[in-house]
Amino acid sequence: MTNKVMSIMVVGVGGQGVILASELLCEAAMRMGYDVKKSEIHGMAQRGGSVVSSVRYGEKVYSPLITKREADILLSFEQLETLRWLDYIKPEGKIVINDQRIVPMAVAVGQGEYPDVFGILNRVTDKVYKLNGPDIAQQVGDIRAVNVALVGALSIHLDIPMELWRKVIESRVPPETLDINLKAFEMGRTLMKVP
Amino acid sequence: MRVLLSGNEAIARGAYEYGISVATAYPGTPSTEILENMVNYKDNIYCEWAPNEKVAMEVAIGASLGGARALVAMKHVGLNVASDPFLTLSYTGVKGGLVIVSADDPGMHSSQNEQDNRHYARMAKVPMLEPSDSQEAKDYVGIALEISEVFDAPVLLRTTTRVSHTKTVVRLSEREKIPAPSEFERAPGKYVMVPANARMRHIAVEERLERLRQYAEETDINRIEWRDKKVGVITSGISYQYVREAMPDASILKLGMTYPLAENLIRKFANGVETLYVVEELDPFLEEQIKAMGINVIGKEKLPILYEFDQSIIREKLADEKIELKNFLGETQLPPRPPVLCPGCPHRGVFYILKKLKLVVMGDIGCYSLGVAPPLAALDSTVCMGASVGMTFGAELALKENIKGKIVGVIGDSTFIHSGITGLIDIVYNKGASTIIILDNRTTGMTGHQDNPGTGRTLKGERTHQLDLKEVVRAVGIKNVRVIDPYNLEETEKVITEEINKDEPSVIITNRPCVLIVKDEKQNKYRVDAKLCKNCGMCYMVGCSAIYREDNKANIDEIFCAGCGVCAQVCRFNAIKKVGDMDDQ
Ligand SMILES: Cc1ncc(C[n+]2csc(CCOP(=O)(O)OP(=O)(O)O)c2C)c(N)n1
Repeated sequence: MTNKVMSIMVVGVGGQGVILASELLCEAAMRMGYDVKKSEIHGMAQRGGSVVSSVRYGEKVYSPLITKREADILLSFEQLETLRWLDYIKPEGKIVINDQRIVPMAVAVGQGEYPDVFGILNRVTDKVYKLNGPDIAQQVGDIRAVNVALVGALSIHLDIPMELWRKVIESRVPPETLDINLKAFEMGRTLMKVP
Repeated sequence: MRVLLSGNEAIARGAYEYGISVATAYPGTPSTEILENMVNYKDNIYCEWAPNEKVAMEVAIGASLGGARALVAMKHVGLNVASDPFLTLSYTGVKGGLVIVSADDPGMHSSQNEQDNRHYARMAKVPMLEPSDSQEAKDYVGIALEISEVFDAPVLLRTTTRVSHTKTVVRLSEREKIPAPSEFERAPGKYVMVPANARMRHIAVEERLERLRQYAEETDINRIEWRDKKVGVITSGISYQYVREAMPDASILKLGMTYPLAENLIRKFANGVETLYVVEELDPFLEEQIKAMGINVIGKEKLPILYEFDQSIIREKLADEKIELKNFLGETQLPPRPPVLCPGCPHRGVFYILKKLKLVVMGDIGCYSLGVAPPLAALDSTVCMGASVGMTFGAELALKENIKGKIVGVIGDSTFIHSGITGLIDIVYNKGASTIIILDNRTTGMTGHQDNPGTGRTLKGERTHQLDLKEVVRAVGIKNVRVIDPYNLEETEKVITEEINKDEPSVIITNRPCVLIVKDEKQNKYRVDAKLCKNCGMCYMVGCSAIYREDNKANIDEIFCAGCGVCAQVCRFNAIKKVGDMDDQ
């Protein structure tokens, strides 16, 4: 019996909605009947630090952590943050990336440079799937919908039916934002399909 | 029903299902969400934020002696604060079942040290359980209560960050019906720990430990999983998951109860395998006890004593599997992205001035600990909650005139109430002349905005008496009490300068709430007038993440700007202006 475990890392910057995105993913995996584990570090209330959340699901999951060379998919909310986790992706792993830059304080004050992210990624793998999250969020009319749009983009790489995603989103977002979030999800999903 | 719960949510749920009716805590990562989620059951469980862990513990002890099932939760260092009642509680025993949750933080994701609280179980001679996922976290609350009541002992439920903050699948049940106690059952011989009684109770503690050793042999939360007998691993808590992942064929002795140890079970397991490892994060707690049994076991020779584990560490150290990494980044250095004070944080202005005045700053624990980071870099110490006050006084005693007017202590509102007050009493009583700044942002910010006695609201969201810090400080005997607006740099500098030069103790209290709580929508955003900006870099020195350099000019990201105006006050060319004011030009 093979116990295939899916390992997905969701990374970004505090305040971007990384945690909600990984919650949606977990909820969907659980409704598929999988064993699911999700781990992240939270505690500091401050905005603006690096955030990482690990989601693993399959028939039986032991460790909640994803270690180097174990991630099937890296879902990244911010260009630079993608680079911090390159070692964690499997050789055949995929990168779903939000085409957004948030300049870290060090760079903002002139210490260090914001790297050429796509230049580096192109050397590393051809499995990079780019989505302009802020653009979608603007189109649906709420900047906070970036995270759900990204989950939409992620969803085409997973074996979870659209109907189930809809139910999960319904159960997790405030009712008054449901339409916007569903639209953002579908746009993320559609744009990913047609490159 | 199957649901996904974090370890902390599961403990709260366990408290509900197993009939706990009083739950107390002082917040602290990674334990905070236990009580935050307990509120969901407030119709059945009284829950509160206590001012500190010692009080939280004492309330729980009282509830237990009153006959109710009770739970108290804290982070690892919180148990240091509560250790005094805890260690004697072991002697008094309980009436209603009593669970003490200690959430440890291997890896120090958000802690000042990496102490291993399993030692507390041994020191207090109380039973300890360690869950390895959320289902166990919930179940172990029930088991702990049962042990507590059967053995007349408080039970330590020890989690670590990766159990507390990991969501795993849990099956829910209904709440057990536990009859409410009707009267206080007096038992002075057991509860009044004067020496004559305590001597008798120490005997009971030792006898209890013997009976608990027997229980450890029999309970099914200690279990052997026989697989390949070449390699056997004794492990507990989250390490169990890493071992299962990294060494799927190894036999495992999983200890759900890690104090006292099941010696016969350990012997049986040791005899059944060729090579025996013990896998535990932090100290060789199990290892040393097992070695003391005369059993040959490999532990810290191979595995680190520092930080947390994961499956790759186990694979590398015990299964000799190393992974090859490529250097994807080449020469590129990734700029770090540490947590920073939020745009609009009221702590910023104070630190900017402390740095400007080149003062020695005895710091404390809270968001303001981030004042250590450049460019503010205005913090000289952080030890434990409340330490800033006594340490300021102590440094003045050491350096006398040499430090007069050159030192302050800085402490948050929640931290001051937690354990800063007593330090201040010491300064007044012993005729010190220290200046202490209370950064009163009206919340317990660092741990995610919990209410405290200064906010005027309880954990349950009810209005309550709001502790007036000015009155408290005056009552302690401080005559120089000043309130400042930390957004006003001129006033902040003036008041601090005046107070540090006095020959009497002073307290300066800031009056701006945390920006993440009180969103002042009317607060104007600021913008840089590119025509006036000389790119001198002064505004970067306030360390605000909304300010960045572009095209050799300072820029302000208006989405992030909270409109505090601190940057505008440091600009020497009047280039930073309120958005509205600029549009008028
Ligand atoms: C004994 C102990 N308990 C709890 C904590 C966790 N903790 C760190 S800072 C903090 C409170 C910070 O609140 P406050 O002093 O009001 O400062 P703020 O973060 O709001 O600036 C807490 C509870 C700790 N470090 N030590």
